[in-house]
Amino acid sequence: MYKIIRKKELNPTVTLMEVEAPFVARKAEPGQFIILRVDEEGERIPLTIADYNREKGTITIIFQIVGGTTERLNRLGEGDCIQDFVGPLGTASHVEGLKKVAVIGGGVGCAIAYPVAKKLHELGAVVHSIVGFRNRDLVILEKEFRSVSDVYKMMTDDGSYGEKGLVTDALKALIESGEQYDEVIAIGPVVMMKFVSLLTKQYDIKTVVSMNPIMIDGTGMCGGCRLTVGGKTKFACVDGPDFDGHEVDFDEMMKRATVYKEFELHEREKACNLFSKEVK
Amino acid sequence: MPNMSLKKNEMPAQAPDVRNKNFKEVALGYTAETAVDEAKRCLNCKHKPCVGGCPVKIHIPDFIAKVAEGKFEEAYQIIQKSSSLPAVCGRVCPQETQCEQKCVRGVKGEPVAIGRLERFVADWHNEHSCDLPVKAQPNGHKVAVVGSGPAGLTCAGDLAKRGYDVTVFEALHLAGGVLVYGIPEFRLPKAIVQKEIDNLNALGVKVETNMVIGKVLSVDELMDEFAFEAVFIGSGAGLPRFMNIPGENLKDVYSANEFLTRVNLMKAYKEDARTPIAHAKKVAVVGGGNVAMDAARCAKRLGAEEVTIVYRRSEAELPARREEVEHAKEEGISFKLLTNPVRILEGENGFVGGMECVEMELGEPDASGRRSPVVKENSEFTMDVDCVIMAIGTSPNPLIKSTTKGLETQRWGGIIADENGQTSREGVFAGGDAVTGAATVILAMGAGKTAAEAIDEYIKNKK
Ligand SMILES: Cc1cc2nc3c(=O)[nH]c(=O)nc-3n(C[C@H](O)[C@H](O)[C@H](O)COP(=O)(O)OP(=O)(O)OC[C@H]3O[C@@H](n4cnc5c(N)ncnc54)[C@H](O)[C@@H]3O)c2cc1C
Ligand SMILES: Cc1cc2nc3c(=O)[nH]c(=O)nc-3n(C[C@H](O)[C@H](O)[C@H](O)COP(=O)(O)OP(=O)(O)OC[C@H]3O[C@@H](n4cnc5c(N)ncnc54)[C@H](O)[C@@H]3O)c2cc1C
Ligand code: SF4
Ligand code: FES
Repeated sequence: MYKIIRKKELNPTVTLMEVEAPFVARKAEPGQFIILRVDEEGERIPLTIADYNREKGTITIIFQIVGGTTERLNRLGEGDCIQDFVGPLGTASHVEGLKKVAVIGGGVGCAIAYPVAKKLHELGAVVHSIVGFRNRDLVILEKEFRSVSDVYKMMTDDGSYGEKGLVTDALKALIESGEQYDEVIAIGPVVMMKFVSLLTKQYDIKTVVSMNPIMIDGTGMCGGCRLTVGGKTKFACVDGPDFDGHEVDFDEMMKRATVYKEFELHEREKACNLFSKEVK
Repeated sequence: MPNMSLKKNEMPAQAPDVRNKNFKEVALGYTAETAVDEAKRCLNCKHKPCVGGCPVKIHIPDFIAKVAEGKFEEAYQIIQKSSSLPAVCGRVCPQETQCEQKCVRGVKGEPVAIGRLERFVADWHNEHSCDLPVKAQPNGHKVAVVGSGPAGLTCAGDLAKRGYDVTVFEALHLAGGVLVYGIPEFRLPKAIVQKEIDNLNALGVKVETNMVIGKVLSVDELMDEFAFEAVFIGSGAGLPRFMNIPGENLKDVYSANEFLTRVNLMKAYKEDARTPIAHAKKVAVVGGGNVAMDAARCAKRLGAEEVTIVYRRSEAELPARREEVEHAKEEGISFKLLTNPVRILEGENGFVGGMECVEMELGEPDASGRRSPVVKENSEFTMDVDCVIMAIGTSPNPLIKSTTKGLETQRWGGIIADENGQTSREGVFAGGDAVTGAATVILAMGAGKTAAEAIDEYIKNKK
């Protein structure tokens, strides 16, 4: 059992939890993830390691409440325990040797992009961050992200905060103004990563994306997380989650992500109903 | 007076049309009376050919003699000396190619139902005996076991009985390996696996779940930092193979591992399960082994109207246990033999819309004596299916190899170990599917047992 020692709501749909998991904290690196099960009946879901503290033996996760499991997870409070919490899984992001990088985060993807930006900053790279949210209420990790970025661009779909527009608009403007990046790292919704990759392809800038297909075991034994990269089948949980954005078949990936849509809707309703009963 | 009936005593089973709608155990086991009656069919042969067919050399006629006398606990004690998971093996061993194949009674008529008797004895013990196993005197040495499948559990149990302080590290959240995530409840009730694991806990074996060795800790760290004097690797062969044909990444194309893990480990078949699974109408399962039979029978139980096994050789080559093939047929699974898929067709919204196949014929026997299938020209046809499950084999996961210095493996991934389980690394032993590739429960247990002996030798000689 893994104890939650801190819980903070970052916005109405995104929650941060710091969890006691000393074995995971020993080795965790940016880009890696954990798989958890909330309780005995729970399903296994992957979440990125947003931060770690080796001395305290803790791992921070940041998750968006999108369905049954994240709903149930969000119902736990400080002092409660998570049934299963396994990691660090996946391959760590390759950040060594990069001098100047554009890090792009979309929505809750910022939680995944932030530790990468932080690591790059610690290694002495110049970090330009571009973050995008639907609106002002959904903004997360602004202070943290700013503190590790040389340039920080905030974009909102409706212009309620920062600039109005998409992250690709801001990236294009920076590139056109003459900024030269060794690499672009994009993390967020699949559509966003797809369009960032299409853009950078035009300028021939190496682009790394963090793929988030449906996972079960997270150790390479089922192939549920497979996707096509450069024409070959890869397992995101072991070969990734980071891949070359110019090689990923995003359309296939987006289709695969919807396979359990009906089930998920139903699950979410169940979780919500359960919740409303409890608070009555 | 021996019972000279030419036939085995039947084992009662749920009716096919009832059981293909539930996940309860199919075969119900002998009663005490039928067990005694069956035991009397054994001739207690002097040269005991059956024992030669058993990979762990259970003293078969001896235990059967005790059953014939109604001394079931004594029978259990005899089996238990050679096998640590009799309730499991009695259910899943391919007896027709092992002990029962060698049985003298099988020359004229059916062999003695050794597997069913073993199962009866183990179940009887689990139900009637409440004696906890006696913990051995600690000998002060620590051994780590990676993987909690039959190989790892057997090795851990044997070492604990010798006084070792044993910790099993398991990647998943439940111990048991294929016994919990692969073989379905209707063939091997999970309560039976749990009971065997409880027995190991009582012997002092610690099981740490959620520990992916190679990620969380490496084999080297286990030895250097955590002071385990030896490590046994029983990590199985869990890496699924795909066919690399077009359309394999469509929605509702599964590896058998994923399908069975969702069904068995995550209990996706239950009404209120939180883990989803496809409830397809027309399912094709590609392959002919136990894995394919299990996947097909699970799909049927999830409500599929048509389930078809698609296999590229003929009936005689089906590698699955005979009993499972019979059971599958009774449950209404159809078999499309000498057939091979070449493409999976896209239907609506990226789901499976059909499968294109070719017919095969068996060519001349090759060097190994197997007749390999060749494609019949112009034989393409399309099967109407909405879900495809690939059960064409697995290989060992490269994680341990890639994170353990100096551990040698075969080109296909199997860890290289000698007949005692010793690998290329001092103090590191391996056995089961991780060494042989996908094989059987009893062979994995045998390997775990042999390695436990070798580890004991190794540690004794070291000081
Ligand atoms: C390697 C990896 C790292 C991840 N890191 C984070 C993270 O740090 N923070 C975070 O909030 N989320 C992260 N995700 C996504 C997270 O796993 C899903 O949001 C979660 O599984 C949803 O579970 P649920 O039961 O609450 O919702 P479900 O009922 O499963 O799904 C609800 C909705 O989410 C979509 N969805 C389902 N699974 C995924 C998925 N794997 N990725 C994206 N969308 C999905 C569904 O299409 C559906 O619309 C990560 C995913 C992966 C593979
Ligand atoms: C669906 C199916 C049906 C079968 N039916 C039969 C049958 O009827 N009869 C029969 O005799 N055989 C059958 N088999 C084969 C049999 O189950 C295997 O040969 C046997 O389980 C192998 O045992 P093992 O201990 O070597 O490995 P496994 O049972 O595979 O156990 C390996 C364990 O190691 C864990 N592991 C892997 N990597 C790591 C790591 N890095 N760190 C920590 N833990 C790790 C895995 O999670 C797993 O729990 C079947 C197999 C399958 C898949
Ligand atoms: S070969 Fe058959 S009859 Fe002979 S001892 Fe073995 S089980 Fe009994
Ligand atoms: S999640 Fe099973 S192989 Fe990646």
